[in-house]
Amino acid sequence: MSVDMLSYLFIGGSFLLYIGIAVWARAGSTKEFYVAGGGVPPIANGMATAADWMSAASFISLAGLISFIGRDGSAYLMGWTGGYVLLALLLAPYLRKFGKFTVPDFVGDRYYSNTARTIAVICTIVISFTYVAGQMRGVGIVFSRYLHVDINTGVVVGMAIVFFYAVLGGMKGITYTQVAQYCVLILAFTVPAFFLSAQVTGHFLPQIGLGATLESGQSVLATLDQLSTDLGFAQYTAGKKSTIDIFFLTVALMCGTAGLPHVIVRFFTVPRVKDARTSAGYALIFIALLYTAVPGVAGFGRVNLIQTLNGADNAGTAYADLGEDHWFKNWENAGLLAWNDRNGDGKIQYAAGAAFDGKGGKPALTEERGEFGQRVASNAKAGADFDAAKQPFANEVYVDRDIMVLANPDIAQLPAWVVALVAAGAVAAALSTAAGLLLVISTAISHDLMKKTINPNITDKQELMYARLAAIVAICIAGYFGINPPGFVAQVVALAFGIACASVFPTIMLGIFYKRMNTQGAIAGMLVGLISTVAYMWYFVWGGGTADEYFLGISPGGFGTVGMILHFIVAIVVAGMTPPPPQEIQDIVEDLRIPRGAGEAHAH
Amino acid sequence: MSISSENAKAYWGENLRIIVTYLAIWFVVSYGCGILFVDQLDQIQFFGFPLGFWFGQQGSIFVFVGLIWAYVFSMNKLDEKYDVHE
Repeated sequence: MSVDMLSYLFIGGSFLLYIGIAVWARAGSTKEFYVAGGGVPPIANGMATAADWMSAASFISLAGLISFIGRDGSAYLMGWTGGYVLLALLLAPYLRKFGKFTVPDFVGDRYYSNTARTIAVICTIVISFTYVAGQMRGVGIVFSRYLHVDINTGVVVGMAIVFFYAVLGGMKGITYTQVAQYCVLILAFTVPAFFLSAQVTGHFLPQIGLGATLESGQSVLATLDQLSTDLGFAQYTAGKKSTIDIFFLTVALMCGTAGLPHVIVRFFTVPRVKDARTSAGYALIFIALLYTAVPGVAGFGRVNLIQTLNGADNAGTAYADLGEDHWFKNWENAGLLAWNDRNGDGKIQYAAGAAFDGKGGKPALTEERGEFGQRVASNAKAGADFDAAKQPFANEVYVDRDIMVLANPDIAQLPAWVVALVAAGAVAAALSTAAGLLLVISTAISHDLMKKTINPNITDKQELMYARLAAIVAICIAGYFGINPPGFVAQVVALAFGIACASVFPTIMLGIFYKRMNTQGAIAGMLVGLISTVAYMWYFVWGGGTADEYFLGISPGGFGTVGMILHFIVAIVVAGMTPPPPQEIQDIVEDLRIPRGAGEAHAH
Repeated sequence: MSISSENAKAYWGENLRIIVTYLAIWFVVSYGCGILFVDQLDQIQFFGFPLGFWFGQQGSIFVFVGLIWAYVFSMNKLDEKYDVHE
């Protein structure tokens, strides 16, 4: 069977499975809709958390990113896993004991203030919307490449599926669908990783394979270093960014992870405090299965990419020799690869430097075809200048980082079913995260705004209706962003982590560990964290700020850490100058520190 | 709450000590070995990896998993000691 047929089969089959689960797990009450009735077993919750957490970014982009930046990628690997240690030790058990539905619930009740609750609602909605846009885009990319439909059609199909199980099943439907999606995505990531590792190194486990020695007698990493420096790239195992920048970025990603509302809310779904800790443990095991395979996939992918493009003689591959269904042409047609024959020899050569004049070397592809049938870009670099001391030829290729994981099986010529499996896995990763985020948005609107702030008198049934309505509206907005993506998805996701790190994480932590923290301190802290982080990112991403103006050399992605430090200082100082919280709030804090009596997650 | 306030205080104190101990390990492994001292550790080879690189991209993740489970077991024991388990 062809790759196309298999892709249809795998993706279609997985969709049927998700829909079947959704019908089986329909939600009948707000409690089932918000927290799956509070009765999810820890292992299932761990899998659901892992699927919820591992988005299109983890599945598609992370290995590609590391492939291109090498050691500096550690910030993402550690940041996106180390946050679970913070969650398990500092937040999850206490939030479960507190026993409400949402993050704004905790903030509003702990700080006895609807203003604090509303700020938390705003943070939740901004974080979740910025995050969800990227997911829909991921679905679109996979559909356009493997099912040969328009990206927009892909987004609409993805929306329809999520709509079906998120709106019908709420948290209950989402949780059990995510368990299935986790199984699909982990298979889809690890199977090709095993193949790649075995093919390149002879070891099945990529975790070991990356340290293996090749037939040439050189280790994989030493080979990568040499290939990179021979072509004018930086050494793979050396850091390029400053230590302070990497440090702050890692803190921002860790504390941001611990502060993401769609992750936190998962710990409300388990029966007991003990289960909240255990499910964080399971979640990280399930996440680590993928994350520890990522560096291997990144490394082997990079070796394969360079060796395949430049050929055994390191002189390039003739474009005319590529078959019609060659991966290079497929990705070129999807607009994520491009070739500019700068030296006119008809061969593809890959080295350091930009082959096109767009931002980040991006090509502006036109409908025209060149001499060999390649796509022509209107901003192709003229001439073939290069520094002969550093590299053997000028770079002629643009490679979008996001294609690495998807193209890896193609490049390594793995069987067609592996390629199709990867496509289904990427869709599962994107849909599971999108659904979790949409639920958080709809809950924030129906529960925290409608029920708790605007009209406390609505019935359970009405609240459920508002929740479903809000989910529908949220899906449509997310779909709109998927079809018309803001041209800065990466920065927008950095913004989501920055806000979670600078506003949500510190305010919850202080609420648990600092009994004296009061409304005034919490509101001042959240506002300072939120505003400073957003302003800094705004200035450097949209306001024309340049890298030499960075505060202490910290790039916008790491500034959430500074915002968090400011938050802690301001909150503690303001709380010290204003009256302590009332006795009953202090009693609540005492109580949430003791596991016994967590009971069920309750609404009132 | 079925537990006296002195007991609650003692329980919380022990809990904080456990958290601080584990977070210290968490910090040393990730920020220490993976970031601050990565260049020094990279001089050492470890199963084909420069050691600092290995900590940053593999080792720290294994340690994180171990830490959460160690915390789960420590807390289960502590909960029973103070009779606050469910």
